[in-house]
Amino acid sequence: MSLAPGTTLAESPTPPVRVTRSRRPLRWSIPLVAAVVIVLAALPYVVYSGTTDVLVNFFILVTMASMWNLLAGYAGLVSVGQQAFIGLGAYIVLLLGLHAVNPFAAVPLAAIGCGVLALPISLLVMRLRGGYFAIATWVVADSCEQLVARSQTLGGGTGAGVAGFAGANPTLLSANTYWVALAVTVVALLAVYLVLRSRLGLVLTAVRDNETGARSLGTRVTRAKRAVYLVAGAGCGAAGALLAASQRFVQPGSVFSVQWSAEMIFVTVIGGIGTIEGPIVGAAVFFILQQTLSQYGAWYLIILGVVAIAVAIWTPRGLWGFVSRRVHIRLFPVGYWVRAPGAGAAARHGEAEAGTGSDPGAPSAPPPDG
Amino acid sequence: MTEASGQGTRSADAEPPVLEVRDLTVFHGQLRALSAVSLRVRAGAVHAIIGANGAGKSTLLRTIAGLHRPAQGAVVLGGVDVTHRLPHDRVADGVVLVPEGRRLFPSLTVEENILVGRRGSGEGSWTPERVYDLFPWMRERLDQRTAQLSGGEQQAVAIGRALAGNPRVLLLDELSLGLAPLVVRQIYGLIPELLESGMAVLLVEQDVSQAVRTASTIQCLLEGRTTLEGRPEEFTPEQIEAAYFGLASSRAAE
Amino acid sequence: MTWVNAVVQGVLLGGLFALFACGLSLLFGTMRVINLAHGDLAVVAAFLAVEIVPVTHLPALLSFVIVVPIFLALGYVGQRTLIQTSLDRGAFTVLLVTFGLSVVIENMLLEVFSANSRSINIGSLVSKSIHVNAQISIAYLSLGIFVVAVVVLLGLQYFLSRSSMGRMIRAVADDQEASQLVGIDHRHVFGIAAAIAFATVALAGLAFGMYSSFAPTAGQERLIYAFEAVVIGGLGSLWGTLVGGIILGVAQTVGGQIDPSLQILAGNLVFLAVIAFRPEGIFKGRVEA
Repeated sequence: MSLAPGTTLAESPTPPVRVTRSRRPLRWSIPLVAAVVIVLAALPYVVYSGTTDVLVNFFILVTMASMWNLLAGYAGLVSVGQQAFIGLGAYIVLLLGLHAVNPFAAVPLAAIGCGVLALPISLLVMRLRGGYFAIATWVVADSCEQLVARSQTLGGGTGAGVAGFAGANPTLLSANTYWVALAVTVVALLAVYLVLRSRLGLVLTAVRDNETGARSLGTRVTRAKRAVYLVAGAGCGAAGALLAASQRFVQPGSVFSVQWSAEMIFVTVIGGIGTIEGPIVGAAVFFILQQTLSQYGAWYLIILGVVAIAVAIWTPRGLWGFVSRRVHIRLFPVGYWVRAPGAGAAARHGEAEAGTGSDPGAPSAPPPDG
Repeated sequence: MTEASGQGTRSADAEPPVLEVRDLTVFHGQLRALSAVSLRVRAGAVHAIIGANGAGKSTLLRTIAGLHRPAQGAVVLGGVDVTHRLPHDRVADGVVLVPEGRRLFPSLTVEENILVGRRGSGEGSWTPERVYDLFPWMRERLDQRTAQLSGGEQQAVAIGRALAGNPRVLLLDELSLGLAPLVVRQIYGLIPELLESGMAVLLVEQDVSQAVRTASTIQCLLEGRTTLEGRPEEFTPEQIEAAYFGLASSRAAE
Repeated sequence: MTWVNAVVQGVLLGGLFALFACGLSLLFGTMRVINLAHGDLAVVAAFLAVEIVPVTHLPALLSFVIVVPIFLALGYVGQRTLIQTSLDRGAFTVLLVTFGLSVVIENMLLEVFSANSRSINIGSLVSKSIHVNAQISIAYLSLGIFVVAVVVLLGLQYFLSRSSMGRMIRAVADDQEASQLVGIDHRHVFGIAAAIAFATVALAGLAFGMYSSFAPTAGQERLIYAFEAVVIGGLGSLWGTLVGGIILGVAQTVGGQIDPSLQILAGNLVFLAVIAFRPEGIFKGRVEA
C-alpha cells in the first residue's frame, strides 16, 4: 500500500515570456524587399523585352499562387476552380476593351469585378466541404467557361483579340505590361501580408485545421473564410486580366483551363504552403523547370506533379518551409514566436507546428492561453 | 465481491500478473498526461482506477489498448512486451477496451456489433451465444439499430462486443457514465461471471463507492501520477478523498 | 415524343453515371477520401482495353476480364501505399496528392498516346437497338450498361450488408478508432474498399469507352459527372447515387434536346441548384460522425 506524500497541486511560477513577430528582429527585411522591387522596376531599362515578357508570366504565376496559398494554406479552402476568376478577369478586360477602355486601366476593374462575382459564387460553393467544395469550384469554373463560350460578341469558342492597344510602340507596350504586372504582384503580396497580420488572419490561423474550434466561433469564421475567398477571387481576376493584357488574345479553353489550378497548386506546395515566401520560391522553381524542359512537351508538368506529390507527403512545408525552419528567417513575418528565457527548444515549440506529421499549417498559431 | 478480494489476498508472488504496466509516461502534445504510472492486474481480479476528470485515467486505458504511444514505459501482457503493438494486434493478443461513451457502430445492428467483435476463428469460451446468455434481452433485439437502445442496453452491447473477442484482459472505461444507478449496479453485478473464466478486468470509474465495492485493488490518479494504490479495505474514506483531490499531506496526517 | 425519348436516354445514361459514382461514394464513405484522379482512372482503364486487350485476342466486350482484376490489384496496392500515406498526413494532403495524380496521369497519357480521341470497338453492337416506336429507341449497349450498373449496385449492397468483410467495412466507415479496438485492421479494410472502388471505376471506364469516344483529357469530365451524381443523390447513400445519376442523365439529355451545346451546362446547372437548395442531396445517407 502506498500513499504518495503531500501531492499538492503544482504551482511553479511561470517564467516571463516574450511574444515577438520573428526570431531575429528583421529590421532589414523592409529595406530588402523595397530594394528588390526597385531593381525589378528598373529592369526594362536594362534587359531586352524578351526577358521582361518571361518575367510577366512569372509575376502572373506568383499572384495566382499567392491567392491559392491564402485560400488553402490559411482559410483551409482547397479550390481547384480559381481558373473561373482568371477567365472572368480576362474576359472583363476583353469586354471593356470593346468599349475602348485601355486594358491596363481595365486590370483593377477586372479585379474588383471578380471580387464582386466571387460573392454569389461563395454563397454557393461554401455550402460544401473539403473535396466536395473543391469539385464544386471546378464545376463553377467549367460552367463559366461554357456560358462565356456561348457569347459571340466575346468571340465564342475560338476566342478574340484584346482591343485598345492599337498603334502602341511594341517596346513601350512590353515595358508597360511589365510594370503593370509588377505592380499587381506587389499589391497582391501586400494584400496577403496585410490580411494575415490582421485580426482576420489570426482567426483563420487559429482554427485552420480545428473544425470544432471553428464551429464554436461560428459565423465569425465563415465570414473570415468568405472574405478570403473574395480577396482570392479578386487576385485571380487581376491575374487573368494581366493574361489578357499581355497575351492580347483571350480564348475560353485556355483562360478557363484547369491547368492554371494545377500550376498554382504545384507551385505553392513545392514552394511552401502557409508562408508568403513559399509561392515565390515555388514559382521560381517552376520557371526554371519550364524553361529547361520546354521542348519536351508536357513532361515539365508531369515532373512538377510528381515533385509536388512527393513534397506534399514527405516535406509538407515545402522548400521555403524547409529553409526557414533551419535558418529561422521570415521575410514577411506573419506568425508569432514565444521566447521563454533559456529554453531554446521551448522557443521553437512556441511556433506551434499545427499537427507535426499532419497537414502543413500556417507557420504558427497564437500562443495557447494559460 | 468477496470472491474478488479473496483472490486478491492470495500470495502475491504465486502468479504473475496477466497485465503489467511499467513506468508509463504519455504526452498529449506538450501536456504530460501520465507520469511514470505502474500497475499490475492478476487473472480473475478486478483493478479499479479512480480519479478526478483529467487525471489521466482514460489515457491510461487507451495507451494500454494501443491508441497512444507512450514516451516512456512498457505495457506487458502475459509476460510479453506489447508496447509497440498496433491496437488491432493487441486485440489478438488479448486486450480489449470498451471505450468511454460505448462507441457502438451506428450502421450495424445489435447482432452485427457483437459479431464484428469476434476475432479469428473464435476460439475461446465467449461465443455470441454465451453473450446472449449473459444478456438474454438481446435475443429479441438482434436486428435493431443500436441508436434505438437505452443507455444501459448500449453499454451491454458494447461489453458483449468486447467479450466476443475473448479477451484475457477487459478494459472498461467509465461504465457508469450517463446511466441510472440501478442499471449501473446490474452491469457491475455481471462482473463476477466474467472473472470466472479467468479474465482480468481493469476498470476506470468516476463513482468511487462503486469502484471500492467491486475491485480487489484500487489505484488513484491525480494529474497523471499515482497517489494511492492497494486494497480498498486498507484505506479510510478520508485517505481516498485526499488522494483523489490532492489535498496536502497535512490533512492525511490529521 | 422526342422528349420522352430524351428522358429514356437520360435514365439509361444515369446508370452509367451511377457506375462512375459508386466507387467515389464507397471511398468517401469508408475513409473520407475524395479521389480527384477518379475520372482519369476510368480513362486509363479504357486505354488499357484499347491497347493491351487486343494482344490477347479477347473480344472487346470481354475486356473487363483482364482490366478489372488489374484495377482490383491497383486499388489495393495504391491504397496501402500512396493513399494511406497521404491519409496519415490529413485530408488536405489527400486532395493535393490525388489532384497531382490526376494531372500526372492525364499528361502521361497525352505523352504516350497523343491527344486523339478513340473508342473501344465493339463492332456492330454499337448501333443495334430496340425500336419501341418511331421516336423512342433503346440501344442494346445503353440498356446493357444500365443493367450492369444496377447489378453492380445490388452486388455492392449485398456485399456490404451480408458478408463479414462488408460488416467490417461498415464498422470502419462508422468509427475508425472503435473498429481498431475490436481488432479490425482498418488499413487492410481500406485496401479492400479501394480495390472494389477501383474495379467499379474500371467497369465504368470500359462502359464509357464503348458508349462514346475518349481522349486523355476526358478524365476531368468523368470526375465531374461522378461527383455531380453523388452530390445530387446524397452523400453516403448507395441507391441515392443511382437516383442522382439518373437525374443528372436526364438533365443532360433534356438539355441536349433543347440545344446540343447545352448538354453539359444543363447538368452543371442542376448540380449547382441542388447545392443551392438542398446541399445534403436527395437522400440523406448514413449519419456522419
